[in-house]
Amino acid sequence: MMFRGIASVSSNQITIPINSTMNKIKTLADLKKLQAEVQSKISLRVKGDSPESLIQIKVSMATCGIASGAKDTLTFMTEELDHQGIDALITQTGCMGYCYAEPTIQLTIPGKEPVVYGFVNKTKALEIIEKHIKLNELVDGIIPANYSSTDN
Amino acid sequence: MEMINLTIDHKPVVVRKGATVLEAASGIGIDIPTLCYMKLEDMNIENKPGGCRVCVVEVKGRRNLAPACCTEASEGMEISTHSIRVVNARRTVVELILSDHPADCLICAKSGNCDLQDMANHLGIRKIHYQGEHSMYREDTSPAIIREINKCIMCRRCETMCNDVQTIGVLSAVNRGFQAVVSPAFEMNLDHSVCTYCGQCVAVCPTGALTEVDETGAVIRALSDPTKTVIVQTAPAVRAALGEEFGMTAGTLVTGKMVAALRRLGFDYVFDTDFAADLTILEEGTELLNRLSAFMAGDQQVKLPILTSCCPAWVKFFEHHFPELKDIPSTARSPQQMFGSIAKTYFADKIKVKRENLVVVSIMPCLAKKYESSRPEFSVNGNPDVDYALTTRELAHLINLGNIDFKSLQNEDFDAPMGESTGAGVIFGTTGGVIEAAVRTAYEIFTGKQLPRLDFEELRGMEGLRKATIDFNGTPINIGIAHGLGNARKLLEEIQAGTSEFHAIEIMSCPGGCIGGGGQPYHHGDSEILKKRQRAIYSEDQNKSIRKSHENPYITKLYEEFLGAPLSEKSHHLLHTKYFDRS
Amino acid sequence: MKIIAEYNMHILVCGGAGCKASQSEMIKTNFKNKLNEYGLADEIQVIMTGCFGFCEKGPIVKILPDNTFYTQVTPEDVPEIVDEHIIKGRIVERLLYLNPETNERVSDSKEMDIFKKQIRIALHNCGIIDPENIEEYIGRDGYSALGTCLSEKTPEEAIRLIKDSGLRGRGGGGFPTGLKWELTRKSISDQKYVVCNADEGDPGAFMDRSILEGDPHSVLEAMAICGFCIGADKGLVYIRAEYPLAIERLKIAIGQAREYGLLGNDILGTGFNFDIEIRYGAGAFVCGEETALIHSMEGERGEPTVKPPFPAEKGYNGKPTNVNNVETFANIPAIINKGAEWFASIGTEKSKGTKVFALAGNINNVGLIEVPMGITLREIIYDIGGGIKDGRRFKAVQTGGPSGGCLTQSFLNTPIDYDNLVAAGSMMGSGGMIVLDDSNCMVAIAKFYLEFILEESCGKCTPCRIGNKRLYEILEKITDGKGELEDLNRLRLLSNVIKDTSLCGLGQTSPNPVLSTLDNFYDEYLAHVNSSSCPAGQCKALVNYTIDADKCTGCTLCFRNCPVGAISGEKRGVHSIVQSLCIKCGVCFEKCKFDAVLIA
Ligand SMILES: Cc1cc2nc3c(=O)[nH]c(=O)nc-3n(C[C@H](O)[C@H](O)[C@H](O)COP(=O)(O)O)c2cc1C
Ligand code: SF4
Ligand code: SF4
Ligand code: SF4
Ligand code: SF4
Ligand code: SF4
Ligand code: SF4
Ligand code: FES
Ligand code: FES
Repeated sequence: MMFRGIASVSSNQITIPINSTMNKIKTLADLKKLQAEVQSKISLRVKGDSPESLIQIKVSMATCGIASGAKDTLTFMTEELDHQGIDALITQTGCMGYCYAEPTIQLTIPGKEPVVYGFVNKTKALEIIEKHIKLNELVDGIIPANYSSTDN
Repeated sequence: MEMINLTIDHKPVVVRKGATVLEAASGIGIDIPTLCYMKLEDMNIENKPGGCRVCVVEVKGRRNLAPACCTEASEGMEISTHSIRVVNARRTVVELILSDHPADCLICAKSGNCDLQDMANHLGIRKIHYQGEHSMYREDTSPAIIREINKCIMCRRCETMCNDVQTIGVLSAVNRGFQAVVSPAFEMNLDHSVCTYCGQCVAVCPTGALTEVDETGAVIRALSDPTKTVIVQTAPAVRAALGEEFGMTAGTLVTGKMVAALRRLGFDYVFDTDFAADLTILEEGTELLNRLSAFMAGDQQVKLPILTSCCPAWVKFFEHHFPELKDIPSTARSPQQMFGSIAKTYFADKIKVKRENLVVVSIMPCLAKKYESSRPEFSVNGNPDVDYALTTRELAHLINLGNIDFKSLQNEDFDAPMGESTGAGVIFGTTGGVIEAAVRTAYEIFTGKQLPRLDFEELRGMEGLRKATIDFNGTPINIGIAHGLGNARKLLEEIQAGTSEFHAIEIMSCPGGCIGGGGQPYHHGDSEILKKRQRAIYSEDQNKSIRKSHENPYITKLYEEFLGAPLSEKSHHLLHTKYFDRS
Repeated sequence: MKIIAEYNMHILVCGGAGCKASQSEMIKTNFKNKLNEYGLADEIQVIMTGCFGFCEKGPIVKILPDNTFYTQVTPEDVPEIVDEHIIKGRIVERLLYLNPETNERVSDSKEMDIFKKQIRIALHNCGIIDPENIEEYIGRDGYSALGTCLSEKTPEEAIRLIKDSGLRGRGGGGFPTGLKWELTRKSISDQKYVVCNADEGDPGAFMDRSILEGDPHSVLEAMAICGFCIGADKGLVYIRAEYPLAIERLKIAIGQAREYGLLGNDILGTGFNFDIEIRYGAGAFVCGEETALIHSMEGERGEPTVKPPFPAEKGYNGKPTNVNNVETFANIPAIINKGAEWFASIGTEKSKGTKVFALAGNINNVGLIEVPMGITLREIIYDIGGGIKDGRRFKAVQTGGPSGGCLTQSFLNTPIDYDNLVAAGSMMGSGGMIVLDDSNCMVAIAKFYLEFILEESCGKCTPCRIGNKRLYEILEKITDGKGELEDLNRLRLLSNVIKDTSLCGLGQTSPNPVLSTLDNFYDEYLAHVNSSSCPAGQCKALVNYTIDADKCTGCTLCFRNCPVGAISGEKRGVHSIVQSLCIKCGVCFEKCKFDAVLIA
């Protein structure tokens, strides 16, 4: 499941995080397995601290984006990159102000200016991965960048 | 044994591994001064908080000075006990103590016996360079003990006695920093605590912070009142220690001089508590035999072991801590109270003095006796059986006030009838004595035979817990002995758990028994003194012509003329008591 | 490898004690509610972390991956952050940190002075993970050091690793940790204990609290590793009862570690048993001294006993006990995971790794910082701390709390490590670092620490119980203007005897603030004694307030604020102070906008 929950724990009572697969960690291998599983949940906090060193993909996920299938795009890109073993930081972002072109994504290759693509469906997404991310060739559908990144 | 080589003040020393620098130094005649440290050799009593810091010495290679009393000697150590750094530090430390101490020496109960006073003198302190605020605590007076805590130097000796030895836990350090002081919990008064008045804290306090309630003034007033007949009884342990107050060596028996001094002081009759001790043996011994016979006859209800009851601190102890066992101790009153009760009935009638005009003073090695005499059950219409219980030390003050040159007095004898006693009564003064006296009588009554020997070495000694089996002509009687309430507690816990193997147990609150009582001349941590007093007691027993309580002719007469028989109705009324749940 | 945010955005709200005190709990709740309104609760995770170390500017909210660091956030700011930042992607400028020098807003914490030059080992999870969630700790390599030790190392190997790392105790003394473990391992006994010292009595320090609040599992893991190394199956955390949040987090962490089988019997199937209990301290400074701490845990009065025997031979219940400080423990997992060489590469020749300091006093950036050993005071004060407040002149830094001393200008370039601090007449202590400027009177500083000692000593030994009181009284006399030259001599003599003869570390170091100020600021003492004046103007009894006629505008502000009516003057006319009435409260000095009130 995509949003596997870590139940948040209120400070007044002891609630144990729910972990469906195991309760007791019985071996070092078990520990390593759990580690691998949960690492990703918080890696964002560390990587997010210096996002400039990673390929970053921001999927516009405000109401307009979600309505136009941004969630599918997000899921697809997540799985595809994972499948291909490409290290990237995929996050959702608020409305980028290009509602007409939703779903939009912003792609930042380390050291380069961010590029925004509009109307990113699965096909487009795959093309972006294959060409822009892997070969560093621009793909059609770029929205002219008079837009500057919200972070830093 | 592994040995350690070190040098102290450039002198080579070899000591066993584990010895402290203090011990190593004293082995070669170097006397490092100490204040808080106290060790009663062979009695398993040690106070070693390392708090006063008077004993500091310089150890080559160490950054700070080290306390000699709690620094273990180690191989190759080079120690200096009187370098300028050490002397300066030691004097400064004592000056600091004095800077927070009332300068009351002239009127202090401890003057002349005070370790702090001696220390200041020893170090030649003539000026206190650091003056400032003094601690101000309120004085606390109880039936037996006065706490003048402004004089406390936090040596913690009392705490060791009260907590570790007696397991009472009344006294402990409270508060922090400059406010720190030794006190009952929440700085309550002693009489609101479970204090037993054993007086062991007083016995070891190096200063005037803990002393007895002084009743010499009241006794002097009674002695000078022409309407009063004033009689005195002296407990067995007093005669073995009183001489020390007059510079005589410990263990000198001063019975005759003591009697002479008491007469000079104006007591109308000088009697002996030993007489009442013999009486106690008859009452308590009979009780023991009754319980034993019932037990042997298969009575399941009978309570065994029987416990002695002549120590009032012990009585208060079990009333507080083991109230559920209050049926087990003998109901016999202590010799002091038996004496008072007989004096104010039998003897008063004899000399035709009204109870109100007869003043009974007792001289005791004990502080708890002050409290005991004030217990309401030991008075008739508000008139106590024993009016004043003075300590050995207070008697010495009285003798001094009477301008009596104690050492040059000629021996005199006690008055009759209550001055006559046996060797059995005398040994009440030491641990193991009461039970030995009881055995001497119980054996003969139980077996109907003459004892083949009178000295029961197996019951004697200074071990805190002792046990022996005495063969009552085929019936083995298991006897337990405990002195110090911590040891007593162990035996009581066995009884509680149902694992006690004993038929009879003697318990004395003070280490060594009454010879080590809280009212005795201060031993200053020297357990040899206690052992010498013990030897003196046994030699007095040896020298007595009669050594078994039931052979005391005046006791026989007392039963014939007055009481009837042991455990008679009258005995019950006058010589027995009951105990209260004080938990 | 994929790096995917399971949640696409994380909002970290500081849950350290400082920020919690300023309603950060409410901030978190507001975020959750607001995100719920927008249906974003599943996309954006809101968690409470431990302290970020910038408590002065708290409550802190950090948003990732945008790496935006908001300061002084109030619960009322939350809707704006959500609407603007989360939904519209626009940073809320007004909540960003304002660099006081450049007057620029900074959104990336890495760009802020206080976070520059920091290397975070002990604090590496603080402000990053949710301390109440063991999985987040595990996700950050948590418990793998324990796993490695249990499955792949012998206790000797693990101890060797700690020894090679050069880690020294962070509780103040700086004793080599590996060596201590080795000594405890060598003590033969049927039962041994691991104790974590979380008493943290130094008034200026709060790093242990922050670690326990922000990353409790690192301490638990380290204790278990220590247990494995020394042969103990029982651990105890002695924590002051005044730390409710740290206690709470610790309890949760222990509960979770048990649940996950990382504490308890047969940990990770290796047959190793280890469990941890919490013991509460009464909170006296002296209870942090290890023997006092042990007695306190035994239910006895918390007072020290003479060493030797050391706890490693005879500790809790008379059994060999290894006592380490919280921060010491917090370094252990990282050392095992990353290796001794890595750790030893940080720091100086004899002091390895980092040290957490609580930077406080008259300095621009107040907070908790973790810096490599060997950093200079200058770097800490000027680069990290942002320099002295209000442009005043640097005077000294007090380190080591009540046991430490003052470092002056001339030590600004000295690399900070255990040995250099001692050589400079101070000590590392637990890491309190108080920056003083020319408005601080050094006699008053010495008096302040002694006053603390008077309350916190156990009173067992004469020199500390009475000696410190007398020292304090002499200082009081001096700050009251009644001191004599001879008093300065007395101070020094008595200080030396107290150090030389006290029973425990408290008394052995308590005169340090006096000696160090005497050494470095003798002139200031002399001024008090010889001319009855306090150069810093702090000792009220010694100062006179006057009004400079040239500067006074007759605004009447002082006149209106003087609590005793000691100021006279007409509106727009020059005012003056009637000295006989003045109680030297200093209000006029503070109120005057024209610097017309003078202290002399
Ligand atoms: C007066 C005094 C107070 C102390 N307070 C603390 C404390 O609060 N926390 C602490 O960890 N160590 C404290 N210590 C040091 C401990 O005695 C002990 O050395 C330390 O806990 C050992 O851990 P470490 O080797 O990891 O530093 C204190 C020492 C003294 C003398
Ligand atoms: S306790 Fe000792 S030093 Fe103090 S006043 Fe009494 S005799 Fe003098
Ligand atoms: S008299 Fe005995 S019980 Fe009472 S405080 Fe002293 S030592 Fe403790
Ligand atoms: S009361 Fe006496 S024995 Fe007790 S600590 Fe004070 S000085 Fe020592
Ligand atoms: S043993 Fe003797 S001196 Fe001590 S309390 Fe008992 S009766 Fe008194
Ligand atoms: S130096 Fe102070 S804190 Fe330490 S034992 Fe002595 S009185 Fe107690
Ligand atoms: S210092 Fe205070 S009391 Fe004195 S003049 Fe100023 S305001 Fe008034
Ligand atoms: S006698 Fe050694 S410290 Fe008191
Ligand atoms: S408590 Fe929030 S930054 Fe320290």
